[in-house]
Amino acid sequence: MTTSTAATPAVRKPIAWRRVALHTGCLAALLVMLYPLAWLLATSVKPADEVIASLNLLPSSLEWSNYSTALEGVNEVSVWRLLGNSLFIAGGAVIGNVLSCSLAAYAFARLRFRFRGPLFAFMIATIMLPHHAVLIPQYIIFNQLGMVNTYWPLILPKFLATEAFFVFLIVQFMRGLPRELEEAARIDGAGPFRSFFSVILPLTRPALITTAIFTFIWTWNDFFTQLIYLFSPEKFTLTLALRQFVDASSQSAFGPMFAMSVIALLPIVLFFLAFQRFLVEGMANSGIKG
Amino acid sequence: MTTTTETPTTVRTRQTAAGKKPPRRQREGAAWVFLSPWVLGAAVLTLLPMAVSLYLSFTDYDLFNPPQWVGLRNYTQMFTEDPRYWRSVVATLTYVVIAVPLQLGLALVVALALKSMRRGRAFYRSAFYAPSLLGASMSIALVWRAIFNDGGTVDNLLGTGGWVNQPGWALFAVALLTVWQFGAPMVIFLAGLQQIPGELYEAAAVDGASRWRQFLSITVPMLSPVIFFNLVLQTIQAFQVFTPAFAISAGKGGPADSTLFYTLYLYDRGFVASHMGYASAMAWVLLLVIGAVTAVLFRTSRSWVFYASEGDR
Repeated sequence: MTTSTAATPAVRKPIAWRRVALHTGCLAALLVMLYPLAWLLATSVKPADEVIASLNLLPSSLEWSNYSTALEGVNEVSVWRLLGNSLFIAGGAVIGNVLSCSLAAYAFARLRFRFRGPLFAFMIATIMLPHHAVLIPQYIIFNQLGMVNTYWPLILPKFLATEAFFVFLIVQFMRGLPRELEEAARIDGAGPFRSFFSVILPLTRPALITTAIFTFIWTWNDFFTQLIYLFSPEKFTLTLALRQFVDASSQSAFGPMFAMSVIALLPIVLFFLAFQRFLVEGMANSGIKG
Repeated sequence: MTTTTETPTTVRTRQTAAGKKPPRRQREGAAWVFLSPWVLGAAVLTLLPMAVSLYLSFTDYDLFNPPQWVGLRNYTQMFTEDPRYWRSVVATLTYVVIAVPLQLGLALVVALALKSMRRGRAFYRSAFYAPSLLGASMSIALVWRAIFNDGGTVDNLLGTGGWVNQPGWALFAVALLTVWQFGAPMVIFLAGLQQIPGELYEAAAVDGASRWRQFLSITVPMLSPVIFFNLVLQTIQAFQVFTPAFAISAGKGGPADSTLFYTLYLYDRGFVASHMGYASAMAWVLLLVIGAVTAVLFRTSRSWVFYASEGDR
């Protein structure tokens, strides 16, 4: 990847104005793209009467009480509780996905078994399967099991490697690891389980981190599944609590609503800042090797 | 890519040299242990539900009383007697046709710009990517609703009134939210562009090919697998958008059903009106349509997607 970019420029000298135009264009695009986020931050500290009426992006005075109202939460459930619920679901999903997807990926990438080809093809096909096609019967199954309005339907599927995208991602990564490693482990007497846990898994760490971060963010943002499975307010997540504001559109609630929106986005922003290399590389590789 | 072609032979000789391979059946057993969570998930949470929903699509089912067999009635009702169904189909298709090309076009333009940039590429790449992570959230959907509402930023700038209250424009506001998330396909495009060998461009430049000519004759064919990948992925995703339409219309799909996306109507029929049989029929039609669209994309891809390393793996 790095060699090809270094090889090109030596031939011709780049013209200065082109570079200036390029940077100006990118900067302008960036400003437009960041506007909704700036708007969100500014609105979260605006006094109630300025939210809609005023054209100014910046508030005339900082209304921190929006945040204290937001912290009280909705339906008498505090934001800390909502945050905890969101974290619990996302955390469970991360553990489930990393565990189950890496196990399945190892089998597909490295082990020989009957029907491997067709099963692999089926796994790839489920990546494209619309979630909604299986949603209703899944709901009926979980309903029969008495699991509606619990977190089971949100976490259990992750422990069964239902998100084939991540299986595929880890398969691709494992295929790049040298086979000699396991040969060496086998000569030393390690079975497939030993060589998976002590040789392959540690080396797969970048793909596992990518899986963990994407799972966290996607589960955190998820709305549809939470909407259909959870209905007691004390089990609500931040996303579901925000939904309450969708119905109540009185303008006085705007400030606190966007303060809560900021709180809900904060974990994703932190994750992004901490792991942006993994995220961007992970996304880039998903398309190239496929 | 060229180095990998040598490995299989060396591996094979080593395998025989190692000699201590455990018996085949034992290794098979190990594989199934690794696979067991996935097999269970695929059977119980994918295949079984698909079969069940196919059955339910021929029944009347409200979750409480046992399903009543009604034959094809759900399907005939859907196709011939339900105007809201067709409005949801039109809204979804319009959205897919507007949002996906705009998003991919912007992604490609930005990726090309970043490719020729030497300083700041990593910064812009990350910054442009960020909305792809945030955009699916309820928070951003609410921001979108406010910005495109009466008295919101767009109304103030253009004086058109709030888009989310106008049937002709509400859909476009949702489409812009998708375009805003162009970062993910852009990152994939950029990685694809960086894989194109620089010598191709040098050779073309020596032959006197213009930049546009180089773009058409080198970049597009070399990038076509990546374009195809992005096209399939984003199209499938666009068919399934839910959160922004729900937020903008307070779950109703309005104004005048203009943002009543297929998924939103499916939710409405299944979980609000408790017509699980009807919703199952809708889900199966969605499945078949997405399958057909994917098949068509794959079929046409033979004529325009160029695989330089065909048979590489």
